[in-house]
Amino acid sequence: MGTFIFRRVLVAMSVALTISIVSFMLLHLSGDLATSIAGPEATAEQVEQIRIDYGLDQPIVNQYLDWLGGALTFDFGHSYYYQSTVVDLIVDRMPITLTLGGVALALAVSISIPLGVLAALKRDTWVDRLALLFAVVGQAMPSFWFGLTLIVVFAVTLQWLPAAGSDGWQHFVLPAIALGYYATPAMMRLTRTGMLEVLESDYIRTARAKGLRTGAVIFKHALRNAIIPVVALAAVELGFMLGGSVVIESVFSLNGLGQLAWDAISRNDYPVVQAVVLIIALFYIVLTLLADVANAALDPRIRTR
Amino acid sequence: MTTSNVSATVSSARRPGASLGEVPLPVPAWSRVTRRIFGHRGLAIGLIVVGLAVLIAIFAPLLAPHDPYHQDIANRMVPPVWHDKGSWVHVLGTDKLGRDTLSRLLFGTRISLTIGLVVALISGIIGTTLGVLAGYFGGRVDAVISYIITTRLAMPVVLVALALASLTGGSLITVILLLGLLLWDRFAVVSRSVTQQMRDAEYVYAARTLGCSLPYILLREVLPNIAGSLIVVMTLEMAHAILLEATLSFLGMGVQPPLPSWGLMVAEGKAYMFFQPWVIAIPGIALFLLVLAINLLGDGLRDLNAPGGRN
Repeated sequence: MGTFIFRRVLVAMSVALTISIVSFMLLHLSGDLATSIAGPEATAEQVEQIRIDYGLDQPIVNQYLDWLGGALTFDFGHSYYYQSTVVDLIVDRMPITLTLGGVALALAVSISIPLGVLAALKRDTWVDRLALLFAVVGQAMPSFWFGLTLIVVFAVTLQWLPAAGSDGWQHFVLPAIALGYYATPAMMRLTRTGMLEVLESDYIRTARAKGLRTGAVIFKHALRNAIIPVVALAAVELGFMLGGSVVIESVFSLNGLGQLAWDAISRNDYPVVQAVVLIIALFYIVLTLLADVANAALDPRIRTR
Repeated sequence: MTTSNVSATVSSARRPGASLGEVPLPVPAWSRVTRRIFGHRGLAIGLIVVGLAVLIAIFAPLLAPHDPYHQDIANRMVPPVWHDKGSWVHVLGTDKLGRDTLSRLLFGTRISLTIGLVVALISGIIGTTLGVLAGYFGGRVDAVISYIITTRLAMPVVLVALALASLTGGSLITVILLLGLLLWDRFAVVSRSVTQQMRDAEYVYAARTLGCSLPYILLREVLPNIAGSLIVVMTLEMAHAILLEATLSFLGMGVQPPLPSWGLMVAEGKAYMFFQPWVIAIPGIALFLLVLAINLLGDGLRDLNAPGGRN
């Protein structure tokens, strides 16, 4: 187990490093940053001045190593737009995105797992079909449009919940639904398949033959085994949701990391863009690492792979 | 004939919508394929809607009642026909610049389908190449390619695509290239695992023993056998790409005005959604229906590919 964790941590760290290189290179090579920052009206001299001021005239490898040296000590430099360091901005916005992601995940888990279990138990009945419909609709719904629709229905027409802002828990309900629905179909389907597989296995037949009550069989024996891959998927989905929160935060004017990233992108504030991309990727890497380790702890067969 | 017929009936009896008491009738061989397709309701609906969308995209100039770019400030924000103030001149109403919504919607089908098809093609070529090589050779090649896949999966697609689209100046072509270069992961994962399963198959072994060249083995022996799985992934990635393009365009970094991208139509209607909700409802529903149909098609094809289970 120790070597397994050690190997996985090494891989995770090198993936993080690779992502920092790739995202840095992509941003610096896909356009001329100095021209973008200077804006369309700038003269050639102004562009050159900006290039020198921001250190963009240096060889790209030096620029990257400079940036990496800072990043390792959590110094992502200064924002081009705000009078503040990138770290301060991120620390300031992070709680909102994490709250949103956490609530959305809690919602998704508390809907998809019971629904998946129910669909498996009532296989091929209308319950199963309804659950499938729920999943199919969720997979096809554009999240930004679903968010806007929630605003029109629940915030404007019914006036149950606020449409924008982040002052209280009420503000997180609609965005969390919009974000969480996105993660529900995959988890629901995986729970259903897992349950179907487990319910047909020998040990469940034994448990039933022993005369255990159906409830005990389902929850103590079947669900505990079926849920292992779902836990791993939930971690991965949380990572995706943190990345996808840029869309939901912009729809609901939540001032989180996603909104920060979007503002930074439209203002050519590259130090911020770079840092947010890396941090969202780090979250994903850590979450998948945890899921891997948890999986290996629960299922020894995985460790030998 | 009897065995395949029975298995087709058994598997179709478990599908949603198929009645359980269906008596297996002898079916002539020629209609077995159509029966398998239309016995599956989701697949049939998906096929019909996607087929319609393709026809609409091709014949958009003939079908559209107005020029989708023609602005008519005197007739802006006209409500759709079912509304009290609606009229048959603009069946689905007009937008803030007085452009006909139905015409823009019809032309928008072209954008969504082009994005879906070309992105799935580009990412399919990249992902399948990587996946087949990793699955066939295993060992160090597999380790390197798996590492590339892991790295790609950890990159937040929406954020990276937004940032790059903004830098390169969003346009239809940049969006297609960006998404094509980003969305190959599922192709790689699937083709890798399917190729692994057939690396030691007897026909591959036979081809190797006969001295067939590597490209021959990969293209003529391996590829045809993973094509079924790849087509399923292709539909899923088309749907994914269409949604992402709409998202990028909605956030202002994708396809640029005045092109009638559905995501852009939602963005342009956002300011009016409180009092004229149809301006965002109509393009949103179009997007939803197209993606739903493509997903149904993919799910149905997956069932035909592996009739064992629905998931």
